[in-house]
Amino acid sequence: MPQVTQAPPPATLAPTQAVSLHINGQAHTLQLAPWTTLLDALREYLDLTGTKKGCDHGQCGACTVLVDGKRINSCLSLAVMQEGTDIQTIEGMGTEGSLSPLQQAFIDHDAFQCGYCTPGQICSAQGLINEGKAKTEAEVRELMSGNVCRCGAYSNILSAVMEVVGKELKIEN
Amino acid sequence: MTLQTNYIGKPTSRVDGPAKVTGTAKYAAEYNVPNLLYGYVVSSTITKGKIIKIDTAPVLALPGVHQVFSHENVPSLALFDRSYKDMLAPGGSPFRPLHSAEIKYSQQPVALVVADTFELARYAASILRIEYEEVAFETELRKHLDDAYEPGRGKIGFQPPKSRGNFGKGWKEGVAHVEAQFSHHAQHHNPMENFATTVEWLGDKNLNIYDKTQGAFNSQQVVTGIFGLSKEQARVISKYTGGGFGSGLRPQYQLFLAVLASLELERSVRVSLTREQMFSFGHRPETLQHVALATAADGSLTSINHVAVAETSQFEDFTENVVGWSGMLYDCKNVQLGYRLAKLDVYTPLDMRAPGAALGSVALEIAMDEMAYAAGLDPLELRLRNYSDRDQAQDLPFSSKALRKCYHEGAAKFGWEQRTAEPGSMRDGNLLVGWGMAGGVWDATKLPATVKASLDADGHLTVSSGTNEIGTGTYTIMTQIAAESMGLPLEAVTFVLGDTTLPVSPLQGGSWTAASVGNSVVEACTKLGEALLKQAQKMDNPAFSGVKIEEVEFANGQMRLRADATQAIVLRDVVQASGEPSIEAENSTIMAKLEMLKPPKYSMHAHNAVFVEVKVDPDLMTVHVTRVVNAVAAGRILNPKTARSQVLGSVVWGLGMALMEESVMDHRFGRYMNKSLAEYHVPVNADIHDIDVIFVSEEDDKVNPLGIKGLGEVGMLGVAAAVANAIYHATGKRVRDMPITIDKLL
Repeated sequence: MPQVTQAPPPATLAPTQAVSLHINGQAHTLQLAPWTTLLDALREYLDLTGTKKGCDHGQCGACTVLVDGKRINSCLSLAVMQEGTDIQTIEGMGTEGSLSPLQQAFIDHDAFQCGYCTPGQICSAQGLINEGKAKTEAEVRELMSGNVCRCGAYSNILSAVMEVVGKELKIEN
Repeated sequence: MTLQTNYIGKPTSRVDGPAKVTGTAKYAAEYNVPNLLYGYVVSSTITKGKIIKIDTAPVLALPGVHQVFSHENVPSLALFDRSYKDMLAPGGSPFRPLHSAEIKYSQQPVALVVADTFELARYAASILRIEYEEVAFETELRKHLDDAYEPGRGKIGFQPPKSRGNFGKGWKEGVAHVEAQFSHHAQHHNPMENFATTVEWLGDKNLNIYDKTQGAFNSQQVVTGIFGLSKEQARVISKYTGGGFGSGLRPQYQLFLAVLASLELERSVRVSLTREQMFSFGHRPETLQHVALATAADGSLTSINHVAVAETSQFEDFTENVVGWSGMLYDCKNVQLGYRLAKLDVYTPLDMRAPGAALGSVALEIAMDEMAYAAGLDPLELRLRNYSDRDQAQDLPFSSKALRKCYHEGAAKFGWEQRTAEPGSMRDGNLLVGWGMAGGVWDATKLPATVKASLDADGHLTVSSGTNEIGTGTYTIMTQIAAESMGLPLEAVTFVLGDTTLPVSPLQGGSWTAASVGNSVVEACTKLGEALLKQAQKMDNPAFSGVKIEEVEFANGQMRLRADATQAIVLRDVVQASGEPSIEAENSTIMAKLEMLKPPKYSMHAHNAVFVEVKVDPDLMTVHVTRVVNAVAAGRILNPKTARSQVLGSVVWGLGMALMEESVMDHRFGRYMNKSLAEYHVPVNADIHDIDVIFVSEEDDKVNPLGIKGLGEVGMLGVAAAVANAIYHATGKRVRDMPITIDKLL
């Protein structure tokens, strides 16, 4: 039984266009197909490969970045949608010589193994701290559950985030 | 005096931690070399049949599309199967991507579209029209049990299980009997990083191949074999691997496709698989098991029967040790084991964390729990009464076995003596509380590995071997071992891995890397020490004249006499005096290879015991694993910090196996239905509660010089069975079909 799959191609392809993005305090202008995701723009056009692709469907959280301080899945956003926003990626959190408190806590608590989900975990944790939502262990577990870690470092991720949350709460009080 | 450079056994933060938390660690798809092209894989939409027509014209007409590779235009490649075989290839004929019009399984790669950008390649792939002719296929294991056959020894390391004694006689002698069937669906590894290869075209068929793999040399072997390249032309680099769990033990097809496109187009090419395509290659096979146990009045096992039937592909015999463990974990004279395969129209299964054992231990250890109830004994007591002090399967003494300590220390930490045996007898308010336990065993293997140690004139030690870092802490523990061996601070040592220009190292898997590479690091450092002593003896330093290597030690950046520590020479000065930029040494693997040919004198294994608490809502039957204690006996622990993390991760894997993970096949279409991380469920942070890891002390001077046994697999064993046993204890429901989802409890 012959079987035909897939639809016939559309006649033309939309042209690329200039997209201006503000990332980690720096302005970039890229020439992109309009359906380029923010994730692919970061990884393939700006060499900001710290942001990871794990599923491309918003299911794993590896691509988490902060947009205006809030966490989003960069695979679920087109780059063109982020013109005029302030984007922060893992590269903007800290450097090897000057780690952010979360980055240091992740090392101290061994909150990763293969490291692939780690930038997304750290961005997510930074986002929930920014949002002021995470106060208890149960809240952090729940709010970090959009970030899958196949190595299973969850207990250590929780400890790392709680250490930084605890310090933030002390400062607030 | 305690040396400052006494690193082995100390909790140490990962040396690759800063690179990983800042996003500078580069994985295979992250080498953005200039003028890169992007390949996008088109997967078969049918399960079996053939391709009638591929309509490439509209795709090639798109500006920026370079080529569509398929069986119609692949150049002539290696002819024989042996060129396609990788180091872990089982018996049979390896699958050859784009080799012919024939479709052998769902999602088989049928074409690669190569374009200037990823967006264009993906779009172009989406409009590639392919006509197929479909034929009937078979994907249902239960329909093919009668066709199942005993596989040969095709895969390295696989041995068919050995029976002993007389099962029937032992069965009759028993006063308590348990007989049960167990089933597991397929599971997929799903490391967070999708498989990807970036091939950098350097001209004249010279390639830098950045591959996601658990063995750079394995990737190189198939690339040189298939494409007729020299090892120099096909350099494979793999500095970081975003999770393996066995999925990278065999090279995946994106490697072939990326190299093919690069050679044909004479350009650099990247091919990344999608998450959906991560379900298109090896998996833990669907497996059905039968276990029968009989015990005498005192609870001692009089007979064990364990038979497994697993799926494999039509073209290879994937084998793993599912039932062999049942012949060695407990003391029993009469053991009957069986292992068979049935061929289905699926891709060849692949080793997945604790391959074989993860399945076998679930069946055996649930059956032991059932026996505890049948014999009226506590589950822990039943295991202690059947404790085996000798490996009866191999008829060898154990090099060490501290499983009894695992049972006792784990039980004490968990508070096991508070358990009341009756199912449903423990409550926390409205919730049913269940306590279950189980244990496991895994091989302690050491393979030949080559390591180079090089000390430069600044006193910096570089130690290198072509092994991999898949998250197990290889960079860190090798740095620790080398630093301690040469008496240097950690900061003065760099361990380099993941490159086929480095000394040859085995695949990263099987829990053997720490022992294989770790002991070789010591050997290489010992040889370096000898070279340094030789050089020191050329210098004007009478204290070292005529001194043998056994008479010196390395500490605090110096070489000094054991008899008189004041007689010391700074290592940096020794290198400088040589006039060379560095002094180097490499270990020899001759002895290790000879050792492997000799029959073993000891049975060498790691063990564990797991205690689990579940809380089950009696109305909704939702299960929460609230407490886990995992007591592990794995010899000497090199780095308690990373070791604990490995066992924590193993527990998470065990929980996933017990409660969530299954690749669900729709047999009407012969394809998996849940090919995404939204539908293939793995544990998330909210699923994980209190996990306690205990490393019981276990000294072993026979297993290998460092006394280490490896940790990648053993921590996972027993976990899923202990969860199942705890669920029975909470609810009185014995589920033998994994995973234990709510529908099976309602």
